[in-house]
Amino acid sequence: MNKNQIIIKMSGVHFSYSEESPILKDLDFEFFKGDKVGIIAPNGSGKTTLFHLIMGLLKPVSGSVEIFGRSMEAEQDFAGIRHRIGLLFQDADDQLFCPTVLEDVSFGPLNMGKSKKKAIEISKRTLDFLGLSAFENRITFKLSGGEKKLVSLATVLSMEPEVLLLDEPLTGLDIKTQTTITRVLKKMNISYIIISHNIEFLEATTSITLTMHNGKIYTDDQVHVHIHDHAHVHGNVPHKH
Amino acid sequence: MIEEPFAAGNSIIHRIDPRFRVAAATFYSFTVALCYEFQPLIAALAVSMVSVLLSGVGLKKVFKRLALVNVFILLFWIVLPLTYAGNTVYSLGPVHVYPAGIVFAAKITIKSNAILMVLISFIATMTFATLGHSLSRLRIPEKLVFLLMITYRYIFVIQQEYQKIIRSIKIRGFKPKTTLHSYKTFAYVIGMLLIRASERADRVYNAMRCRGFKGKYYSLTDFQADTKSWVFVTIVSGVTLGILLMEVLFNE
Repeated sequence: MNKNQIIIKMSGVHFSYSEESPILKDLDFEFFKGDKVGIIAPNGSGKTTLFHLIMGLLKPVSGSVEIFGRSMEAEQDFAGIRHRIGLLFQDADDQLFCPTVLEDVSFGPLNMGKSKKKAIEISKRTLDFLGLSAFENRITFKLSGGEKKLVSLATVLSMEPEVLLLDEPLTGLDIKTQTTITRVLKKMNISYIIISHNIEFLEATTSITLTMHNGKIYTDDQVHVHIHDHAHVHGNVPHKH
Repeated sequence: MIEEPFAAGNSIIHRIDPRFRVAAATFYSFTVALCYEFQPLIAALAVSMVSVLLSGVGLKKVFKRLALVNVFILLFWIVLPLTYAGNTVYSLGPVHVYPAGIVFAAKITIKSNAILMVLISFIATMTFATLGHSLSRLRIPEKLVFLLMITYRYIFVIQQEYQKIIRSIKIRGFKPKTTLHSYKTFAYVIGMLLIRASERADRVYNAMRCRGFKGKYYSLTDFQADTKSWVFVTIVSGVTLGILLMEVLFNE
């Protein structure tokens, strides 16, 4: 892990939707190139908010956000880095808005100024990588939930980002699609942050697990998230613990 | 779900460049809509029938669609003969029947069916996505085209959300009655739907911004303006001008 190449640095970040209950309080967070981070925390603890602050979709009330060594303040600052960080939304229906799969996957590359030919080439390659080569001309809203999720991932990967932010990528998916996503993540040489409630998935794909509590991020050594199996002698007898 | 039953096909019309089909259908429809005399209208009806036959779409489905519109037109047949100004031929107490109203209703019926048939054969024979791209190539303002495409994409999502809400009130024993409680419930359903739709719009826009959207929408489709498309648009324009000429000649 190259500790010199810092990608995200957040310091003293405050954020709240309403005055009374701040979501993030004095949050510090550093993310380096090559990091594979998992975040596991209860609902409403501000995980998605954290992602949206990194992407500049929300602005902190106070505190600073630095990305790729540059201080992020105005919308233009974020517009300049968004193609380098790919955010996979929780709901694939939010991400897929074009009529056909190929158009959706090439939307990012085209926005980045790639030629039509190049954009189609990248998109086809990305779909191929995810095992979706036959999907090009499929209508996005007629795909199944799992297919939608994979195509959403393709729309993010086609921008060839350096970092991925995955917001509950496995929620609502069948085992087969879950396995595909796990396999794809392990195959890629890319830094990422994954929000998930699935400990096994995070163990398989990430090297550190963080959690969020009271508007702050805690590392693995402060709050150790783990799974353990017990031998249970009275397993077949009804009883209380 | 909006289905596109006519979009798949390989008839002569399916093979014409979609932009030319959109342009031809627009010119033809406007002309027919502005015609007033029976002769050009009947000629247009005949032309439209031929175009449906040429497009090779399932006639049963075409009739179904036309029937739907004609149910609506039936209202004109009920209202116009009784309310149109002019001489009456038949009176029943305070109710007067005006023949001019009947003639007018007949004209509306012919016009609507003629236009609808041409739209089915020229426009419904392309997918919605293709229609969007042809419109943007025909220099229709980008924002309007975009609005159309996004509406088409999200109408299902909103419909699903609507069904979710309806299911959730049904499983809790809601039965619509003429009570304040029922009206309140419906108001909540509509309100909730509006909020969800607006939140959805925010999220979609955010997702688009994350992928570098700057207000410009790119199209991947390439259109081929080949000879048969030019021949097609020439024939349709000729026929349309013919109808226009009939209108002028028969107009007293």
